[in-house]
Amino acid sequence: MKHLRSIGELGRDGLEQLLESATHMAEINRRPIPKVPALRGKTVVSLFYEDSTRTRLSFETAAKRLSAETMTFSVSTSSVSKGESLRDTIETISQMGAHCFVVRHKSSGVPWQIAQWTNASIINAGDGAHQHPTQAIVDCFTVRQAIDQPFFNGVNVTIVGDIKHSRVARSNIEAFTMLGARVTVVAPPTLLPSQIGHWPVTVVHSFDEVIASTDVLYMLRLQSERMDQGLIPSLSEYGSQFGLTMERAQRLQSSAVVMHPGPMNRGVEMHVDPSDLPQSRIHQQVENGISVRMAVLFDVLARDGELQQLHEEVSA
Amino acid sequence: MSVAIRGAVVVTKRGEERLDVKIAEGVIAEMGTSVGPADIELDGTKCHVLPGFVDLHAHLREPGKEDSETIETGSRAGVLGGYTALVAMPNTNPAQDSVPVIEFVRLQGQRAGLLEVVPSGCITVGRAGTALSPMAELARAGVQIFTDDGSGVQDPALMRRAMEYSRELGITLAQHCEVSSLTVGAVMNECSCSSDMGVPGWPALAEELMVHRDIELAKITGARIHFLHLSTAGSVHLVRQAKALGLPITAEVTPHHLSLTEKLLRSFDSVYKVNPPLRSVADIEALKAGLLDGTIDAIATDHAPHVRRDKELPLDQAPPGMLGLETALGVVLSVLDLTPLQVAEMMSARPAKIAGIAERHGMLPEVGGPANLCVVDMQKEWTVEPRSLASKSTNTPYVGRALRGKVRHTIFDGHVVVNDGKAMR
Repeated sequence: MKHLRSIGELGRDGLEQLLESATHMAEINRRPIPKVPALRGKTVVSLFYEDSTRTRLSFETAAKRLSAETMTFSVSTSSVSKGESLRDTIETISQMGAHCFVVRHKSSGVPWQIAQWTNASIINAGDGAHQHPTQAIVDCFTVRQAIDQPFFNGVNVTIVGDIKHSRVARSNIEAFTMLGARVTVVAPPTLLPSQIGHWPVTVVHSFDEVIASTDVLYMLRLQSERMDQGLIPSLSEYGSQFGLTMERAQRLQSSAVVMHPGPMNRGVEMHVDPSDLPQSRIHQQVENGISVRMAVLFDVLARDGELQQLHEEVSA
Repeated sequence: MSVAIRGAVVVTKRGEERLDVKIAEGVIAEMGTSVGPADIELDGTKCHVLPGFVDLHAHLREPGKEDSETIETGSRAGVLGGYTALVAMPNTNPAQDSVPVIEFVRLQGQRAGLLEVVPSGCITVGRAGTALSPMAELARAGVQIFTDDGSGVQDPALMRRAMEYSRELGITLAQHCEVSSLTVGAVMNECSCSSDMGVPGWPALAEELMVHRDIELAKITGARIHFLHLSTAGSVHLVRQAKALGLPITAEVTPHHLSLTEKLLRSFDSVYKVNPPLRSVADIEALKAGLLDGTIDAIATDHAPHVRRDKELPLDQAPPGMLGLETALGVVLSVLDLTPLQVAEMMSARPAKIAGIAERHGMLPEVGGPANLCVVDMQKEWTVEPRSLASKSTNTPYVGRALRGKVRHTIFDGHVVVNDGKAMR
């Protein structure tokens, strides 16, 4: 795989392969010294045009555990603040020997644009409201772990929140569906994309209607700017309609899985503390993030055959 | 300096005739099965002689954005596309809302000397949509078509006043129909692709609401209104109904809205970002039907050059617009089977009338008539090469695409400005 830009480009086989590979990486992460020399001599550049803590740290940790060199590009202290164009930035860093760009940008499509200007691999760490493929792989990995089955046939996934502006929703709907899940989305109509009818999901406007039958509950972050844009009347109204309150949490099946991509908006979509919620897998999502991103970096950067070799070493 | 075009079929009022054409002193001096020798001899074998094309919608970018196009480079692109007159859109900097700017644009056109640059004027001062421009003064300076172009007039009361005010001046108001509150941050047509891509869309509604509003305003004011670059099936339907009522309404469509769909944006390539956006196959079919039945009067390019660095911005930040002048005929003939007479009507006669320049442009060739002509090979297949474009910018979506129909010669005011596909200046 040259790039990882969307779940669609990855495809079902690619997704399964990465999930499999991530289990080997998780093995490495359980060692006393969780580090292997697999990507020695490779340079991974984090190019974050939008703020991020967990995704950037997760990628950088993953790269370091595979012994790759890391470069971090922070927009506020770079020449971008002096007006350098995206293309010039990419071409300049490529000249420094970057093998892989991990890119986050507020505009949809930037990973595809960048790929035209460099020979390096591109990993999409979130582009606008479009895709966030590593998050989706992490979430599939977490669900697999929680329900202890590789495929999600018969599993009811409910995604609640701002579907319209969510790259996590787009990637996750695709990935969960690929693995066989039935996906239901719950949101006010103003936070749904105009053509959601074309998506492989059931749309429901009442959270209460579906909570008891949900196997995997995926809460999305609501950005307060949605209120400024007039898409919802108020955060408190949103919270009462679409937040995970204690009352709703009590109606969850005990076997249900609750996830959130973070960062959480406590008191808006999350009214319960995850630590009070036995069904929460939010901490596992973060932990799994490193294993999955190791698998992605390795797949993108290692030569053919090296993956097999690493798996054998890990198993041995 | 005399010019002879030999071997071509001439589209005249009587139909298509195999005639040689001789031009002298800026007019057609002679047409016959054979005409006498001339200073410049042009071969017209396998070609048709048509009136020079008139573009109702060209962004020539001067003054203000000369790095993307100048009146000279835009004129050169125009004549290579068979145009002998271009209506220059007023979204320049400064905007074309005062007589000195209008005169500057016209003068730059004359200096380039390739075709007639017809400046349009703004409806509102600075295209800001708040106060009427000095329309009477501009009309006295020869401006016949007024538009705020990319910023359609949002305020219905202001538009009503503009229409009332314009009526006595004998001018035409041209509207870019877009209710801007419905298109905040829009990147492409609102469709399943925009939903998948997570980008805000331009709903068809944003265009159709304003088309509808202006039709209703035309009913009560009697003003002449021209709809720029219609892009939706709903707009075609509204205009067809309005024309059936006999309202003084005209409309145009661009070659790209007749040929390209929203799906191209899936590549995130900003060369396909344009306002109004590329729409669906159903919209294309409705636009074609509207053009063929006369609901849509004219083909106009919306030629919109942009420098590479602007088009390399992320899709949501890149400016909308694409080149059009050099490819218009080839694109149109690739997607529509038009007769030479239909081409003359849609690309020359009707736009000349709408622009108020029908006494100089758009007339089918006849002895004594103006020598603003183009000689086109309607069957010629060719491929667009960005390097060979005369425009200063290269933002054409047609690179590498095979087109049918090419301009061979262009004659403006009796002078050969394009000879065998090469601009003479």
